[in-house]
Amino acid sequence: MAKPRVKVPKTAKAGDIVLIKTLITHKMDTGLLKDKKTGEIIPQHIINSFQATYNGATVFSATPHAAISANPYIAFNVKVDKTGDLEMVWKDNKGKTWSAKKTITVN
Amino acid sequence: MNFTKVLCGTTIAMALGYAGISVAASGADGVTTPIKPAAKDHPLEEVWSGYKYAATDTQAMQDDEFSNPGMAWHDTGQELWSKVEGDAGKSCASCHGDDASSMKGVGARYPILDEKRGKLVNIENRINMCRTENMKAKPWKYDSSQSLGMSIFVKAQSQGMPVNVKVDGAAKPFFDKGKEFYYERRGQLDMACATCHEGYFGQRVRMNTLSQGQSNGFPTYRLKWQKPGSLHRRFSGCNKQVRAKPFKKGSDEYLALELYLAWRGAGLPVETPSVRN
Repeated sequence: MAKPRVKVPKTAKAGDIVLIKTLITHKMDTGLLKDKKTGEIIPQHIINSFQATYNGATVFSATPHAAISANPYIAFNVKVDKTGDLEMVWKDNKGKTWSAKKTITVN
Repeated sequence: MNFTKVLCGTTIAMALGYAGISVAASGADGVTTPIKPAAKDHPLEEVWSGYKYAATDTQAMQDDEFSNPGMAWHDTGQELWSKVEGDAGKSCASCHGDDASSMKGVGARYPILDEKRGKLVNIENRINMCRTENMKAKPWKYDSSQSLGMSIFVKAQSQGMPVNVKVDGAAKPFFDKGKEFYYERRGQLDMACATCHEGYFGQRVRMNTLSQGQSNGFPTYRLKWQKPGSLHRRFSGCNKQVRAKPFKKGSDEYLALELYLAWRGAGLPVETPSVRN
C-alpha cells in the first residue's frame, strides 16, 4: 500500500487559515458485499479513525464509517499561529496505522 | 497551435519535477477542440478524448494532480522504479536512469511490433519483458498494483504528447486484425465495438455517456472500479457487457485491438492517469 498523499503548505503567515489535503489508498470494504466466487461475506475493512494534530494539539479528527468510498480523500482547514509540525494518523479496523508528518513554517 | 502550447507546458512542468503533471488535460487538442484525423480512411470526422464525455466533477478530479486518485499508483510506480529486484540485482533505474525521463514518448508510441518475436508489445508486456530478461525477476500479474503502478508511471512521462503509433509495414497485419475485431459483432447482444463507440458516441447508454472509446488515458482510474485498470480490463468489461466471452488480458486479440484503437486516437494527448466514471 502506497504512502498517504498529503498536501500541506510549507509556509504561512501567523493567523492564516491553511487548507490541508490528504488522500490515502484503502479498499474500504463495507462488510456488506459477498465474494462472487465463494458467496462468503467480505469482512468489513475500513479506515475508522483519522486524526490530525498540530504541535501536539488535535486540530481535526474524523471517524469514517462504512459509507465512505475507497481511497478516502479528506481535506480540512487549520489556523496556524506559530511554526510547528502537523501530524496525521490514519487507523483501520484491523489495527493498521499510517502516518504523515509535515512542518509548516510561520513567518 | 494549441498543441505546441501543451507540449511546452509539459516540458516546463517536467523540469520543475512533478509539480504540474496535470497540465495535459486542460486546453489540449481533442479535449477542448476536436482533432481532424490525418488518415484518409479514418472513420471519424472529429476525434475526441474520453475527457470530453466525462462529468465536470470527474474532469476536475483528473485535472487536479492531488485529487486525482490515479496519482497514488503513479507514486507506487515511482517507488518501484528504483527498487532492486531479481537475480541480476538491477532496478529499472539501473538501465534507464534515476528520473525516468528516458521514458518520455514511450507512452505515446506503444504498442509496437517486436519483430524478433513477431508479436505486438504494449507497455505492460514491455515492463514484464524487462523484468524477466534483464532483471531476472518474476513478471507482474496483469492489473496487479505493481503492474498498474509502473505502467501508469511510465506512460505518465509522455503526458500531453500526441499518440502516434506505427501501423504500416510489418505492423499492418496486426492493425488489420485489430480493425476486424473492432467491427466484428460478438456476444448474445450481437454488438461490435463500433456499434456504440462509432455510431452513438455522445449519446447515453442508461446513465453513462458513450465516449469514442479512445485509449489515450489508460491505465485509467475508474470510479466504478475504485482503482485504476488497464485497457485490457476495459476491453474484457465491454465484451462481457455484450454477453461475449472475453479474451485473456494480454492476448493477441486485445493487443491488436489496442494498436488499432491507438491509431483511431492518433493525435490525442496522453492523459494517463485519467479519471473516468
